[in-house]
Amino acid sequence: MVELLLDKKSRPGKGKVWPRPGGATNVREYRVYRYDPDTEANPRIDTYFVDLDDCGPMVLDGLLWIKNNIDPTLTLRRSCREGICGSCAMNIDGANTLACTRGMDGDGPISIYPLPHMPVVKDLVPDLTTFYAQHKSIEPWLQTKTEAPGTEWIQSRDDRARLDGLYECILCACCSTSCPSYWWNGEKYLGPATLLQAYRWLIDSRDQNTSERLDNIEDPFKLYRCHTIMNCAQVCPKGLNPAKAIAEIKKMMVERKVA
Amino acid sequence: MAEKFKPLSPHLQIWRPTLTYVLSITHRILGGALYFGSVLFILWLGAAALGQDQLAAINGFYAFPLIQIGLFLYTWVLFHHLAGGIKHLIWDTGLGFGKAEREAISLATLIFSVLATLVVWAVFVWF
Repeated sequence: MVELLLDKKSRPGKGKVWPRPGGATNVREYRVYRYDPDTEANPRIDTYFVDLDDCGPMVLDGLLWIKNNIDPTLTLRRSCREGICGSCAMNIDGANTLACTRGMDGDGPISIYPLPHMPVVKDLVPDLTTFYAQHKSIEPWLQTKTEAPGTEWIQSRDDRARLDGLYECILCACCSTSCPSYWWNGEKYLGPATLLQAYRWLIDSRDQNTSERLDNIEDPFKLYRCHTIMNCAQVCPKGLNPAKAIAEIKKMMVERKVA
Repeated sequence: MAEKFKPLSPHLQIWRPTLTYVLSITHRILGGALYFGSVLFILWLGAAALGQDQLAAINGFYAFPLIQIGLFLYTWVLFHHLAGGIKHLIWDTGLGFGKAEREAISLATLIFSVLATLVVWAVFVWF
C-alpha cells in the first residue's frame, strides 16, 4: 500500500555529533542512520568525522574506521569487502549500492541509511526474511523431468551464454529495495532481484519446468507490479538489468498465449 | 511473545530522483490530470454540436487567460502521456533498456511533448 510518510516511531530524529579525531587535517563527514532496538527511542542520524589519512578509500573503509576508532556500537553487515558477497548493501547518498565498492568520491558529507522501506533490526541491518522467502518461492534450482543422464546435464556454449548478465546476481537486495513498486507492495510483488533469478531459470536450456515456472509467477502482483521505473537497473552494483529480465518474462507470458 | 517493533527504513524521503523514476510517477499523475482536461474538451465538443450560439459562448469562456493556461497545459499533458505510452510500448518489446537508451528515450518524450505543444498552439491559436 502506498504510504508516502514514515510512521511516527520510524522517523529519524537528530542524533549525536561525535567529536572530530584529534590532530586530523583531512576529514570527511559521515551522517549515519542509527537505531537501537534496546531502547524505546526513535531512529536518529549520527554525525561522525573520518580521518581520511588513516583510512582506506571506500565507504566501507570509512564505516569500519568509525567502528574501530570512534563508536564500536555502530552495526552493519559486511564480509568479503570486494563486491561478491552482497552483505554491505545500503543506501549511500540517495541510491542503493555496496559500501565496499563505492569510493568516497567528492568531498561533501556522506549520508548512509539502511536499504529503503525495510524493517530495521539495528542501525544499517535490515530484516531480509521476506526477501529471501520470495527468492525461495521461485524454486531457484535446476528442475528436470527426463531421466538424469549418466554424466552431466549438457549445455551448449550459446545456451550457457544466455545466462550471462543473470547468474552474476549476488542477492544483495539493492535493486528490490530501490523499487517503489516493491516499497508499496513488497509483500505481494516479488521484486526485481527475485524476478531476475526467476528468469535465470526460465531460460536455462537444461531446465524442463519452464511452463510451471511461468504459471507460478503469472499474477497481477507477483510479476505485473513492475512499471519499468528502472531504479533496479540504475543501482545494481553488478551492472545487471533486472528491468530487462522482467520485460523478457512478460514477453514469454504473451508468447506462450499466442503460440 | 509479540514480535519486537522494527522501524521502517526511510525510502521516498532519502531517494535521489533520476529521470526514469520521475517520469514514471509523472506519467501516472498526468494520466489522472487528463480526465480534468478532457472535461474541457468534451464541453467544447458538446457546445459545437448544439449550435453556433453555444459554441460562441464557450469560446468566449475559454478565452479567459486562466482557462487558456489550463488548455495549454492540457495540450502538453496529452502529448506527454502519448509519448510516455509509446515509451512503455517500446520497453514492453524488451528494447531500450540499456543505460544510454533508456535515458535517451525518456528525454525524447519530454522534448517531443514540449515541441508538439508549441507547434499545435502556434498553428491553431497564435498565428
